[in-house]
Amino acid sequence: GREIPIVHRVIKVHERQDTGEVDVLTKGDNNYGDDRLLYAHGQLWLQRHHIMGRAVGFLPYVGWVTIIMTEKPIIKYILIGALGLLVITSKD
Amino acid sequence: MHSFGYRANALLTFAVTILALMCAMASFSDNFNHPSPSSSVQVLNVNWFQKQPNGNDEVSLTLNISADLQSLFTWNTKQVFVFLAAEYETSKNSLNQISLWDGIIASKEHAKFWTHTSNKYRFIDQGSNLRGKEFNLTLHWHVMPKTGKMFADKLVMSGYRLPKEYR
Repeated sequence: GREIPIVHRVIKVHERQDTGEVDVLTKGDNNYGDDRLLYAHGQLWLQRHHIMGRAVGFLPYVGWVTIIMTEKPIIKYILIGALGLLVITSKD
Repeated sequence: MHSFGYRANALLTFAVTILALMCAMASFSDNFNHPSPSSSVQVLNVNWFQKQPNGNDEVSLTLNISADLQSLFTWNTKQVFVFLAAEYETSKNSLNQISLWDGIIASKEHAKFWTHTSNKYRFIDQGSNLRGKEFNLTLHWHVMPKTGKMFADKLVMSGYRLPKEYR
């Protein structure tokens, strides 16, 4: 498989007085337990460099384009084929 | 220039652009909502308060959490995620935030609620600093829209204190 980003919620934060470094624990809203099972073996906390970004909004259904292209790659080929055809058959 | 392919492509692009515009307008309309949420939390009982074998303090609380979050809902609201976090400072950590309870509010009718519960997630310190510790209970909420920008805010309730001794 390949790495994929996961959007989960932060449920614990511990910030150091001296360095400002943080220890963060996350959990998926629909999961019973926290994410420690998903972390690397022996890792209990996430630090800032483990976090790629923050969710700020929602665009419904837009993700389906990526999902369909990944699960049925034939759609990807059909789409590219059709676009290529459009370009080739243009009169100008 | 007037082939089916060109027209279909133009129509599709136009449709998606209009859709994006509608999404932006729907999200923008949320800015006209001025919410006035309220909440109060009582610590009904300290069930137990121990130092774990690994040296970290842990406390179990029974809480009564009541809130009126109805004014957060707009026509563009899908759900509101609400959680209560204990916040305190220690000599090692300038900020500790521990989520004690969370819930999902799916509709405006369910947004005025109270719950009598023990903490859903464990209240564990990094270390042994909790005896006599003063802490805030902050209610955080994320208003998740049907489409567009998510709004988050919080209400800080201060003046809570843990017992001086383990029990």
